Amino acid sequence: MSTGRTLRRVLRNPLGGLSAALLLLIVAAVLLAPVIASQDPGASSLSEAFAGPSGDHPLGMDSAGRDILARILYGGRTTLGGALLALAIALALGVPTGLVAGYRGGRFDSAANWTVNLVMALPAMVVLLASRAILGPDVHVLMIVLGVLVAPSFFRLVRGIVANVRGELYVDAAKVSGLSDTRIIARHVLTVVRGPIIIQVALVAGIAIALQAGLEFLGVGSGSTATWGAMLNEAFQNIQRAPRLILWPGLALGLTNCALVLLAGAVRDALEDQTPRPARRRRARPAPEPAESADSAAPRAALLSVRGLTVAYARPDGTDKEVVHGVDLDVRPGEILGLVGESGSGKTQTAFSVLGLLPEGGRVTRGSITVNGRETAGLRERDHRALRGRTLAYVPQEPMSNLDPAFTIGSQLMEPVRHHLGLGRKEAADKARELLHLVEIPDPDRTLRLYPHEISGGMAQRVLIAGAMSCDPELLIADEPTTALDVRVQAEVLDLLRRLRDERGLGVLLVTHNLGVVADVCDRVAVMNAGRIVETGTTEQILGSPRDPYTRTLLAAVLDDAPARAPWQPREARTVTA
Amino acid sequence: MLNFIARRIAAGAVLLVVISFLSYLLLSVPHIDVGRQLLGESASQSAIDAKNASLGLDEPVLRQYANWFAHAVRGDLGTSWFTSEDVGQAVGNRLPVTASLMLGVTAVTTVLAFLLGVWAGVRRGAADRFVQVLGVVGYALPGFLLTLVLVLVFAVRLRWFPAIGYTGFTDSPSGWLSTITLPVLSLSVASVAGVSQQVRGAVIDALRQDYVRTLRARGLPASRIVFKHVLRNASAPALSVLGMQFVGLLGGAVLVEQIFGLPGIGSMTVTYTARGDIPVIMALVMLTVVGVVLINLLVDILIGWLNPKARVA
Repeated sequence: MSTGRTLRRVLRNPLGGLSAALLLLIVAAVLLAPVIASQDPGASSLSEAFAGPSGDHPLGMDSAGRDILARILYGGRTTLGGALLALAIALALGVPTGLVAGYRGGRFDSAANWTVNLVMALPAMVVLLASRAILGPDVHVLMIVLGVLVAPSFFRLVRGIVANVRGELYVDAAKVSGLSDTRIIARHVLTVVRGPIIIQVALVAGIAIALQAGLEFLGVGSGSTATWGAMLNEAFQNIQRAPRLILWPGLALGLTNCALVLLAGAVRDALEDQTPRPARRRRARPAPEPAESADSAAPRAALLSVRGLTVAYARPDGTDKEVVHGVDLDVRPGEILGLVGESGSGKTQTAFSVLGLLPEGGRVTRGSITVNGRETAGLRERDHRALRGRTLAYVPQEPMSNLDPAFTIGSQLMEPVRHHLGLGRKEAADKARELLHLVEIPDPDRTLRLYPHEISGGMAQRVLIAGAMSCDPELLIADEPTTALDVRVQAEVLDLLRRLRDERGLGVLLVTHNLGVVADVCDRVAVMNAGRIVETGTTEQILGSPRDPYTRTLLAAVLDDAPARAPWQPREARTVTA
Repeated sequence: MLNFIARRIAAGAVLLVVISFLSYLLLSVPHIDVGRQLLGESASQSAIDAKNASLGLDEPVLRQYANWFAHAVRGDLGTSWFTSEDVGQAVGNRLPVTASLMLGVTAVTTVLAFLLGVWAGVRRGAADRFVQVLGVVGYALPGFLLTLVLVLVFAVRLRWFPAIGYTGFTDSPSGWLSTITLPVLSLSVASVAGVSQQVRGAVIDALRQDYVRTLRARGLPASRIVFKHVLRNASAPALSVLGMQFVGLLGGAVLVEQIFGLPGIGSMTVTYTARGDIPVIMALVMLTVVGVVLINLLVDILIGWLNPKARVA
């Protein structure tokens, strides 16, 4: 994103614009101190000590009869100037070392990391106090030390980003095309770190200002010079007598820091390009309108029947984007229906609608979904939840990410049976063991004690099927259940599904893009394209004599990959697509 | 696990030696004439030399350090040059004050930050914005400024708590509570702000994980998913921030103890560093490093307990 656009976006953000304006105002006022302030910050007239605001002294006088406005303005010079010095040192130290450590890695990286960890283990305030004892009470020296102390925050930030970028393909491409490291860093790497560094500058500036003021507040700073910290110290000494003295230096310090942090937030938002925020409207979801009955001629199946289903996502501007436009499908008990289509065709959205688990922002806008004859479109979450687990079950695509890494397999299998079937701990453990038997896992007792990262992908998928089957559901919704598995394990998992269908009369809605899988296990197929069902029929019918042009294209794509094999042999075709 | 702890403690010990050496070296650079400072301008040069010799200051810095180190490993941290107190005892007397402060802040932070973070992450909307604003304010306002405001409101105006002073827990638990409340609150605001942001982010991340959808698909109630699965997975990143906050907290304690006149390690740091009392400063530096190493170790052990994957490392 161009710098100009980012800047405009920051300023258009109300908080960002306000913060930027406030910071500019503060800096300008501090720079123009001699023009604005009517007297020298050190000039005191004891007779006017603690005097309230007056024409000459709009903010009043402090305990020594010095003009508060003048002290705020001149004090800002020391405070902000000190922070600026610390910031410059931190940038000069942190950014180049971070670039090199992140880009080169190796020994320099390890050494730099060790040093950074050491510096970060030191409490800044304590080190600053010690440095003052060693190096003397010069505020500039202390700010240099502070710069060294906060440099690790830049180092870590830059190093992390650069180490990530280094692995990116475009950097490899640049290397291969013979660009020098310096060119690559300047062209590709710096543009990536620029934004985060700007954010960090604002945050570190705030920290530096706070620490600087803290030191001055302790009286460990520049002696008699006016600074915001010293003014707060003076106010604190007189807190019983004139508490209002805290107001102005406190405001100056607080507002400057708040503005810096808010500005950092605005820059971050602008750089992140505002991923659409989930609609915050808390209005009740409108109940889906009933389906237009035009294509509902087919009799509805007993187990699952979907008619005229449309799914839409709320856009940030409040309008809806429809992704599924009127889907009809039926699953009978003991039947596997394949829902086939390319990625993005709306298969998964359809499956999630049946489960009532559409991602944030998505909802069923029209149509009817009946499960065992009961309407579930627009059902309250609580009622929908009652169906999940016991009637509806779900097997996901990616086995590993669908198991909670923090709990054992056993605990994850026992949880739903304890909750739904009210089993005790011991009975639940027995049930879990039985479930692992069901999905043909060889050593159930051992597996129950393992964590997800300790088992293979194929095993994890079996565990997920076991979990889905734990409360004897009637309809299994499997979303690409074999896509992430290797070919042999795929075949085993499909066998398992077939067996569950035959032995338990399980109905299965099998979402897949793989026609081989369809040919292998499905009884009937629904072909989906761009949010619509284009063709439904038995597997033989669809694979043998497709009527819809889109289905023919899909089939042709598979056959093109396996040219020398005619006639169609479903069981082997499974291995063709990835 | 034991192996891991032993390795970490060994690494901590190395760090301790390195830092002690560097600190001693740096502290000895300015050559403050300690003898003259102690005996005053009027003292004779021979008396000053004798004083310096009795403190071991006439020896080369490396020998001085070796001497200090040999005593320190046996638990003898020497005596203060300026007050002749036993350093170990002086630090020990002040430690309970700072420890109660730290424990109080950690307890308050853990409870509040997790409550606010989970609330914001799960509810989003208005709750989320509230917690985020709190985060910005807590982060942006310098701790001591906030402390001044709290003192002004609760001690000076409302007089609910004393503005200054400390009562030991063993002397009077209620007195302890009333003297420690404001300092703990002042220090907690920033750490609650920081940690709750982290919890919020971690909760939002965890809620987006695939396994949360799978758990919902099993028909488990949302409350159970949040408080069992999401919270546990979100705890690890939050804990590492809590550990990092601890270092900042030590710095914050310096200011807060100074403001409330608490006789703790923080105010001790201010007084003794200003005088260049090397034995005391060394003890304080060591204490800080030990504290940081132990806290980080504790955090890593807790993270390992929460996250089985991290246990392997």
